[in-house]
Amino acid sequence: MNIFREIFWPLVAVIAAFIVGGLIILLIGDNPIHAYGLLLSSSFGSAKDIGWTLFYATPLIFTGLAVMVAFRCGLLNIGAEGQLYVAAFATAWVGIKLGGTVVNVFGKDENWSWASLPWYVLVPLCCLTAIVVGGIWGAIPGILKAKFGSHEVINTIMLNFIGMALVSYLTQYHYKIPGDPILESANIGDAAHIPQLNQFLPFIPHDVPLNVAFLLAIVMCILVYIFLWKTKWGYELRAVGQNPSAAEYGGISPKKQIILAMTISGALAGMVAIGEVLGNRHNYYDGFSAEWGFLGIAVALLGRNHPLGVFIAAIFFGVLLRGEIFVDAFTAKISKDLGWVLQAIIILFVACFQRYSKK
Amino acid sequence: MGEILTFALLFSAIRSATPLMFAGLGGLFSERSGVINIALEGLMLSGAFTAAVATYETGNPYLGLLAGVAAGGVLALVYAVACIYFEADQVVTGMAINFLMIGLPALISGAVYDSSGSTPQIDKVDQLPNYFNNISFASILVFALVPVCWYILYKTPFGLRLRATGENPGAADAAGVNVIRLRYVAVIISGILAAAGGAYLSIGQSSLFTRNMTAGRGFIALAALILAKWRPVPLMIACLFFGLMEALTIQIQGVIKLPSGEDIPVQFIQMIPYVLTIIVLAGFIGLSRAPKALGIPYRKEN
Repeated sequence: MNIFREIFWPLVAVIAAFIVGGLIILLIGDNPIHAYGLLLSSSFGSAKDIGWTLFYATPLIFTGLAVMVAFRCGLLNIGAEGQLYVAAFATAWVGIKLGGTVVNVFGKDENWSWASLPWYVLVPLCCLTAIVVGGIWGAIPGILKAKFGSHEVINTIMLNFIGMALVSYLTQYHYKIPGDPILESANIGDAAHIPQLNQFLPFIPHDVPLNVAFLLAIVMCILVYIFLWKTKWGYELRAVGQNPSAAEYGGISPKKQIILAMTISGALAGMVAIGEVLGNRHNYYDGFSAEWGFLGIAVALLGRNHPLGVFIAAIFFGVLLRGEIFVDAFTAKISKDLGWVLQAIIILFVACFQRYSKK
Repeated sequence: MGEILTFALLFSAIRSATPLMFAGLGGLFSERSGVINIALEGLMLSGAFTAAVATYETGNPYLGLLAGVAAGGVLALVYAVACIYFEADQVVTGMAINFLMIGLPALISGAVYDSSGSTPQIDKVDQLPNYFNNISFASILVFALVPVCWYILYKTPFGLRLRATGENPGAADAAGVNVIRLRYVAVIISGILAAAGGAYLSIGQSSLFTRNMTAGRGFIALAALILAKWRPVPLMIACLFFGLMEALTIQIQGVIKLPSGEDIPVQFIQMIPYVLTIIVLAGFIGLSRAPKALGIPYRKEN
């Protein structure tokens, strides 16, 4: 594999996007160099900044890997957003039901839980829930594609809306504390919380919510690499992605691989819930994802569908998500939306250059 | 039940269906030529934003509508260049266009009007006019467009070439059709129509542009297009049905209750279009077959 060629086009796309973004900044009457300087200094300037950047990158590593695994099987999973929402709700549900959650409803304590499990049972159970429920929501479009040939892109878009409406209903009607003006579930039990990294690493400041899910994300990068390139299943999955009819002729069932790829993809997207529900918010919060599922597409593309590339691309997008807040605050005219614009232009350029980088 | 199923509901359904029909007809042209249009949402937003700004600045909703559709056409050209010239993945590019239109209008209105959430309010007299029962000029326009689109698609040489290009571009090319140019034209038409739907939202149904105001309507239009099997008249019916669903979610709240005395959760009505689309795509209600060349870039031989 030619490393230079792998890096060249994504880099060109990023630089081109920053040039176009700079022109837009000039047009709306601000200084692009000042804005880009802020972007970098606020995301790498101190240990605290780096911690926040990695925190923002964590869900994107999971969704980037999710989209990547599907891509490698020749499928486009636009449904990571729905998969992570459904998984997050289910994870919070287990954390409430088995975490001994007691809720204060208009001054009266109500026990909403069935049991209060110890952390060493509850945390693995919650993680498993995130993975299984995300996997199921991902498997549905996989099964529909394998059995009926219906296109996964349309079905994943539809399942995004269905999943979000479903969990929004469950939260609003069943798991919201009455009187709470915000659409969020009750809190999960303390035993379901996963540790913050600053508990082990003293150089990370206490107000940075970076948690062990980041380490899990790194582990998943390695596991996905091993799965795809070092196992028979991964080989078969990629074979279907490269040439389904040749794979079938070689004795591989494309249908089985499609379902497998979408299930793994959904499970990886579901793992976002581990960092967000168990590590950060400690409940299900409607609208908690900043379109991470969709950004996963950008992360996978920019990362050239390789786990190492996904990791680097996710950190790059983490920089944008962290930096846009500061650009918003410390420039006269630029709002947080600069991040959206840059992301969009990067995806556009990466997609356009794909044609050249394949050769 | 009687107090719900009234003419008021029907008109409300027509109002809700209007932006869906514009975007759906737009998608029809692009997809019939073989270019997937996931970007409908973004194209609608470009029309909504530009129309709101132009109407606010000039005080003329027709100029606003014109500016809106022009913006949709330009954005669609960008999409077309990426998909047709660069042969970029159409779904990925479409998502990028949608992202761009979440950010760019907010960035511009934040800089110009000092508010990234919305553009300034347009006076009632400067909005697109409403006639009987609050039926907008735009609604009448879009219902008139349905037979026009049907005629173009099935009764003109352009329509024949368009359909041939979407089914078998190689054969169309051999028969003398300029496949590339035709796809550019089709995508630009789709941008213009989708933007008109967006403009209706910002200067017809409401009086300003708010961030991401289409709220998934581009995707519902896409769902309607699939349900309608890429045909204009069934598309109108599908959009009216989805419009009725939206109207119902507004009307039944607090009026109709479940036997248990609880409200009917709006989320379940919202899900209907999406669930229906999945069922139809799986072939449970007849076969919905997409144009054969949908999503495949065309490269001329030799």
